[in-house]
Amino acid sequence: MKVLDSLRSLFHRSQVDSEVEEELRAHIALRADDLESTGMSRAQAERRARIEFGGQEKFREECHEARGGNFMETVVNDARYSLRVLWKSPGFTAAAVLTLALGIGANAVVFGVLNSLILRPLDVPQTESLFMVKHGNDIGGGQSYPDYLDLRDRNRTFDDLAAYSITVAGFDTGENPSRTWLYEASGNYFDSLRVQPYLGRFFHASDEHGPNSAPYVVLSYAYWHDHFQDDRNVLGRMVQVDKHPFTIIGVAPPGFHGTLLFGYPDFWIPMVNQDQVDGISWLDARGTRNVFMVLGHLKPGVTHAQAVADLNAIGAYLDKSYPQEHGKTTYELARPELYGDYMGRPVRAFLTALMVLAGLILLAACANLGSLFAARAMDRSREVALRLALGSSRRRILRQLFTEALLISLVGGALGLVGSLGLLRWLGSWQPVPRYPLHVPVAPDAKVYVVALLLAVVSGLLFGIVPVRQVLRTDPYQIVKAGEGGGKGKRLTLRDVLLVVQIAICAVLVTSSLVAVRGLVRSLHSDFGFNPQNAMLVGTVLDMAGYRGEAVTVMQKRMIHAFEGIPGVTSVGLIDWAPLANGDVQRSVIFTDETTDLRRANAVATPVTFAISPGYFQAAGTTLLEGRSFTWHDDARVPHVAVVNREFARKLFGTSVGAVGRYFKLNDGTRVEIVGMVEDGKYHSLTEDADAAIFLPFVQLVAPVSGSSLVLRSERDPRQLAVAVQSTMRDLDPGLPYDVQSWNQELDLALFAPRVATISLGVLGVMGAMLSITGIFGMAAYSVSRRLRELGIRIALGAQRKEVLQAALGRAVKLLAVGSVAGLILGLLATKVLALIVFEASPRDPVVLAGVVLAMSLLGVLATWIPAQRALSIDPLRLLREE
Amino acid sequence: MTDQAQILPGTLDLLILRAVSLGPLHGYGILLRIGQISGNALLIEQGALYPGLFRLVRQGLLKTEWGTSENNRKAKYYELTATGRKRLQQETDNWNRLVAAIGSALSPQPEEA
Repeated sequence: MKVLDSLRSLFHRSQVDSEVEEELRAHIALRADDLESTGMSRAQAERRARIEFGGQEKFREECHEARGGNFMETVVNDARYSLRVLWKSPGFTAAAVLTLALGIGANAVVFGVLNSLILRPLDVPQTESLFMVKHGNDIGGGQSYPDYLDLRDRNRTFDDLAAYSITVAGFDTGENPSRTWLYEASGNYFDSLRVQPYLGRFFHASDEHGPNSAPYVVLSYAYWHDHFQDDRNVLGRMVQVDKHPFTIIGVAPPGFHGTLLFGYPDFWIPMVNQDQVDGISWLDARGTRNVFMVLGHLKPGVTHAQAVADLNAIGAYLDKSYPQEHGKTTYELARPELYGDYMGRPVRAFLTALMVLAGLILLAACANLGSLFAARAMDRSREVALRLALGSSRRRILRQLFTEALLISLVGGALGLVGSLGLLRWLGSWQPVPRYPLHVPVAPDAKVYVVALLLAVVSGLLFGIVPVRQVLRTDPYQIVKAGEGGGKGKRLTLRDVLLVVQIAICAVLVTSSLVAVRGLVRSLHSDFGFNPQNAMLVGTVLDMAGYRGEAVTVMQKRMIHAFEGIPGVTSVGLIDWAPLANGDVQRSVIFTDETTDLRRANAVATPVTFAISPGYFQAAGTTLLEGRSFTWHDDARVPHVAVVNREFARKLFGTSVGAVGRYFKLNDGTRVEIVGMVEDGKYHSLTEDADAAIFLPFVQLVAPVSGSSLVLRSERDPRQLAVAVQSTMRDLDPGLPYDVQSWNQELDLALFAPRVATISLGVLGVMGAMLSITGIFGMAAYSVSRRLRELGIRIALGAQRKEVLQAALGRAVKLLAVGSVAGLILGLLATKVLALIVFEASPRDPVVLAGVVLAMSLLGVLATWIPAQRALSIDPLRLLREE
Repeated sequence: MTDQAQILPGTLDLLILRAVSLGPLHGYGILLRIGQISGNALLIEQGALYPGLFRLVRQGLLKTEWGTSENNRKAKYYELTATGRKRLQQETDNWNRLVAAIGSALSPQPEEA
C-alpha cells in the first residue's frame, strides 16, 4: 500500500507538486488579505506574508515526506545524484564497473555450467526418480544383455528398466555414407523415460521379436534438422545403417539428447538389432558387459535402500546361477546423466573448485572496490561534512553512498551477465573434439540471471559497507576546520586489510593456474607407453561397408600391406582400440595357469586388452623390454600367445622378472603363452595409475574386430601422407568410410579435461592478476597523491630517490609481500584439489613457487610503476606554490 | 508576541485535530482557529502547519476538499474523518491524564512545604 502510494505519487509528482504549490500560495494570499485589511499596501502585505510563512523550500520538501511520496522518489533522486557524481569521475567509474563485470561475469559463466551439468539434469520428466544401476564394486555401470533382462524382469522396485549402448555406425541415405553416433536402446527406452516423439513414433517393447526384428531408426531433432532439413516426409524412408536397411519411424523432441549429458546421439535404433551395427551378436553373451547403461524410474514410494536391496537379491541370484560370469555381484544406484561418479565426481569436484575460485575473484573484486570506495569517501569527507553541517542526516548520506555502490554493481553485473551469456552460448554450441559427439550442454536459464543479480546486489552492499564507519564518525566541525582528515599515522586501516586479503586471493588464483599449466605441460610430455609424435592413425569400421567374418581380417591385412607400400612410411601396425583414443577400453578376465575352476571370483586380473598386428609396437613406438613381438606366424593355427606389460607380470607373478615363457588362462579356458613384455603405458586416461595390459594377435581372436586403427609411422609431412592414404584407401575400397588423423589429434579427447581445467584456471589466474594490479595501483596511486605535499617537502629538504620511494610506496610493497605470501601458502594447500583433475598437478614444484613469486613481484612492479614515477617527478617548488 | 509559548513536539497534530473538529477549515483558517482557541498563547510557524496536515491526511484522520474562501479565494478545506474524531477523543484523554500527572508531580508536596 505504502509502496503503491509512493509509486503513484512518484508518477504524479508534478500534479502533486502543483497542488502543494497552490495550497501554499492560497495560504499566503489569505494571510496577505488579512494583513491588507489592517492597512498595509498589497505588495507590503504579500512580502510580509511570505516572511511569516518561513522557508517555503524546506516545508515543501517536508510536505513531500509527510505525504509518503518520498521513498521511491528519494531512491530516484539518490540515483540521479549518484549518476552525476559517477559521471564526474569516469575513470573511477569505468574501473569499478569493469572490475565487477569481470567478477560477476566469471561467476555467471561458472554457475551457468554448474547449473546445467549438476543442478539441472536431463531434460526428461521426473528426473528425480530416474537412476542408473551401477556395480557396487566398480565404478562402471555396464551390464551384459542377459543380465539386463534378468534385472528388468526380476526387480520389483523400478517402474521399468531400460538399457542402451553407444556406438558408431555408417549412416547412408543413398549418398555418401557418413559416420554417426547412435544409441542401441531397449524397446522400452523411450516409454520408460516418458518422452514423447516430436514427429512420427518411437519404437516400443512390443516391436521386439528377437534379434534383428526391429530395423527402425528414431532420429534426434538436431540430426533431422541438419541432415534432412526439417523434412516431415522422412517418416517411412529407408536408410542404410552399416549397409543394413532400416526405416525412419520418428524424430525425438528438440530438448532430448539421450540420457548422457555429454554425448549427443544422432539417432536411436532398437537394441535387438545391435548385431547389424556391431557385427557381432552379444544378446546371449552373459560374460561381456556390452550394455553401457541400465536405467529406470523408481516406483513411487520406493526408497533408495529398498531398491538396492532388491537389486542385490537379483545379484545373489545371478551369482548362484552363473558362477562362470559372476563373482560377488552387488549393485548401487547412481545418477545417469554423468554416468554416476565416473564422470560425475571429477566434473562436480572441478566445477565446485571453479565456483569457489570464481567466488574468490568476486570477493577480491569487492575488496578492491571496497578500498577504492573507502579512499573516495576519505577524499569526500569534506563534502560529507558540508552536507552534514547543512542539515542532511547521516542516514541520507549513507543511503546515497549505497546507491552509488549499487548502481556500479548493477551496471557491472549487467555487463558481466551479457558477456557471460555470450560465452555460455558459445560453450553450448562448442564441439571440443570434432570426431566425438561431445557437447557441453549449457543453456543459460532464469536461475543464471537471478544469481547474477543477487551477486551484483550482494557485492554492491559488500563494498558499499566499507566506508560506513568512516561516514558515521565524520565530525563536520573538525573536518571543515582542519581540512580533510590529516595523516592518520601508521595505524592499520581497514583498507590495508582489504588490500592484503585481495592480494592473497589473487596469489591463490595465480598459484592454482600456474600449477594447472605446469600439470598440463607435464602431461603432454609424460610417458604414454607409446610415442604419438610422427604417427598417424587411420580409423576404419569395416562392417560399415558390409565386411563380415573372415573378410574383415583379410581386408585388414590388405590395408596393412598397402600402407607399408606408401613411400616414407617406416612401419605400420593395427590395433583394435588405440590407447587413450576414447574413454573406452576392453578388458579380459584372466586366471593363473593353475586355476581349473574358472569362476569370476577366482580371476587374478582384469587387464586392458588390445588386439594388435605384428608391426604395432614398432609403429606405436612402444618399447619391448623382453622376449619378442608377434609375427605373421602367430595365427589361428598355432597356440595362443600374448605380449604383456610390466604391470601385468607384476600382478600375476609378483615380479616382472621371468614372466616371458610362462602361461595364463583366458576365461574361456584358453592357455596363452607370454612371449614378450613391453613397458607400462597410459591406456584409459592420463591420470590413471599403472594398469595391467595384455596384447593379443588380432588374427588369434575368436571373432574379428571390425573397428580398428592403423598406426602409420613416418617422417613425412602429415598432409602429404594423408593424401597418399586417401588414394590407397580409394584403391582398396571406395565405399569404406575412414578417418585420418595424427595421433596427437586423436589424443584431444584424453587431453580435453586437463585442457579445459587449465584454460579455465588460466583465465581465472589472469583475472586475479588483473585485479591485484588494479588493487595495488589504486592503493599506491592514492597514497602518493595524498602525500604529495609531504613528499614535496622531503624532496625539497634533500631526500634521495630511494628515500622518497620508500616513503611513498613502502607500505604498498609491504602489504603486497604479506598478501602474496599468505596467498601462496593458501594456494599450495588449495591445489591439492586440482590434483584430482589435472595430471601431475603438484603444488610442491619449485618452478611453480618461483613462478608465483616472480609473477607477484612483476605485478607489484607493474602496478606501482606509475605512482612511483609520479612520486619521483614531484616538483617541490610548483607543489608548494599551488598549496 | 514574546509571551507566546513554543508548542511541545507532537502536540501540533492534536491542535490541528481540535481546530477542525468544529467544522471544515482551510490551512490558514486552522492557524487562526488555533490562535483563537488558545488565546493566541501558542506560537506556530505558519509553514510548519502543512507537513502536519499532509501527515494527518495520509493517516486517514483528515479528508480534504477544494472550496472557496469567504473572500473568494480557492483553498483546500480540511475535515475530520470518523477515525480522526475517535483519535481526537483518545489523544485528548491521554493529554489530560498526562497534564494531571505532570501537574501533580510538579505541585508543591506537603512534606516539601
